[in-house]
Amino acid sequence: MPKLPTPKLPVPPLPPQLQPPPPPPGTQRGRPHTPVEQAAEAGKSVVDWVDERTSLSGAARWLMFRKVPKGTNWFYTLGSATMFAFLSQAVTGVFLAMYYRPDPASGAYESIRNITTNVFLGQFVRSMHKWGATVMVVLVFLHMARTFVFGAYKYPRELNWVIGVVLLILTMVMSFTGYLLPFDERSYWATIVGVNINGTGPIIGPYLSDFLRGGPEFNASTLSRFYAIHMLIVPGAIAAMIGAHLYLVTKLGTTAPPWLKAEPEPELIKETA
Amino acid sequence: MAPKRRQTKSKYTLDRGIPGAFEGETVTRRRFMTGTVHGAGMLMTAGFTLPALAFAVGPIFKNQTLGWQTVGYPEDFPDNNYIPAVITTSPGIGEAGKSTVYLRTRNPAVDTTPENQYNRWVAITSRCSHLGCSVLWVDASERFICPCHGSVFDLEGVRVAGPAPRPLDRFYTRLQDGVVQVGPRYSVNTELRIFSPRDPGEPLDGIGQYLYPSRPSVRKL
Repeated sequence: MPKLPTPKLPVPPLPPQLQPPPPPPGTQRGRPHTPVEQAAEAGKSVVDWVDERTSLSGAARWLMFRKVPKGTNWFYTLGSATMFAFLSQAVTGVFLAMYYRPDPASGAYESIRNITTNVFLGQFVRSMHKWGATVMVVLVFLHMARTFVFGAYKYPRELNWVIGVVLLILTMVMSFTGYLLPFDERSYWATIVGVNINGTGPIIGPYLSDFLRGGPEFNASTLSRFYAIHMLIVPGAIAAMIGAHLYLVTKLGTTAPPWLKAEPEPELIKETA
Repeated sequence: MAPKRRQTKSKYTLDRGIPGAFEGETVTRRRFMTGTVHGAGMLMTAGFTLPALAFAVGPIFKNQTLGWQTVGYPEDFPDNNYIPAVITTSPGIGEAGKSTVYLRTRNPAVDTTPENQYNRWVAITSRCSHLGCSVLWVDASERFICPCHGSVFDLEGVRVAGPAPRPLDRFYTRLQDGVVQVGPRYSVNTELRIFSPRDPGEPLDGIGQYLYPSRPSVRKL
């Protein structure tokens, strides 16, 4: 019996959102054939699987595809540059912690010497961390100057300025606590002087010094105290604050540079004239 | 007067027609349960947060006054020049926990404060009262000189030049079994009045003694 051709049914009138998307140019409709197409399909289905359960793509679009004002220029990259400096510090710091020992009875100094002279790429990673710290402080101030000079701290962005100042202070705390960790003569005396400058704050200064040292004198727990503040407490706070900072930037948008005047629509000019 | 946005309800559950309400009951059971669970959560959070905070802050309240350390025999120390001796200010951390003390015998021509069992030898710290750098006794000029910011102190440890806000700190000394011992540190103001040990940078004249109070972690004898 000859096989009858199946009758072609008309496609129901689906709304455009539910219709299958047209294939990208240069590909064939149907099952993927080449390994590259198959890999691309696998990737897509993994992303779709996650997105169907989290709706993360919306958040990613919200974060990345934003409208930016006319006149946006290279100065607007200083904030991202600061964030990448922080990420670099975080990554190099985590790996330095694998070799560092916060032991003031010669262990700390010896472990730093070991990193610099023996460990493979140790000098590179330590130098990245050491010079990156300075770079981060410089970038923080440049970013702050850009915000101030462009007037980007004004309504409705005051809270973001305040968060930025908190981030500046946390960066300073990182610089101060990190300076002690190599535990050479320079770090030791810089910390003695720095803690004593803290102590010159009236009324609470002396107690703050005791808190920082963990006692009335520089003692066995001072170094581990600084280390805990440097690698656990403050980085966590900085990461959280950067999150809040970025959320507000995304929510409020960036400002146009001050030399650009607002250009009203031509119809509006006609109407008012 | 602006119209009220919401109609005020009676505070009694009975008047609001809630099933199973008691006479005179004002808190609904839902509110009571919510409050109890939130309260329990806060109690549990405080249960680990407060001890952790106290753990970090604890050293402020722990007295860590230094014990007595032998530095030499009475005849080692002249009364017109300083002899350095090394004492341990923080045990267990090697060289970083040691500090130099400058010692001389009490000289009635110079030291006018009344003599007692703790000042028969004058022991002056090498820690500058400005920001804590190490001062050096310069024999030729009979002065303590700080290399960091240039403070200069005389034979009594009183500031004669530079940014230091008070004289150099001193240590109690005593004679025990024929040897000279150095004990806890104390601070002095310009009139050499004795105060509990202060950190460098904190003045003790006038209002300074109230702006920079003594701490529970370290006291004078």
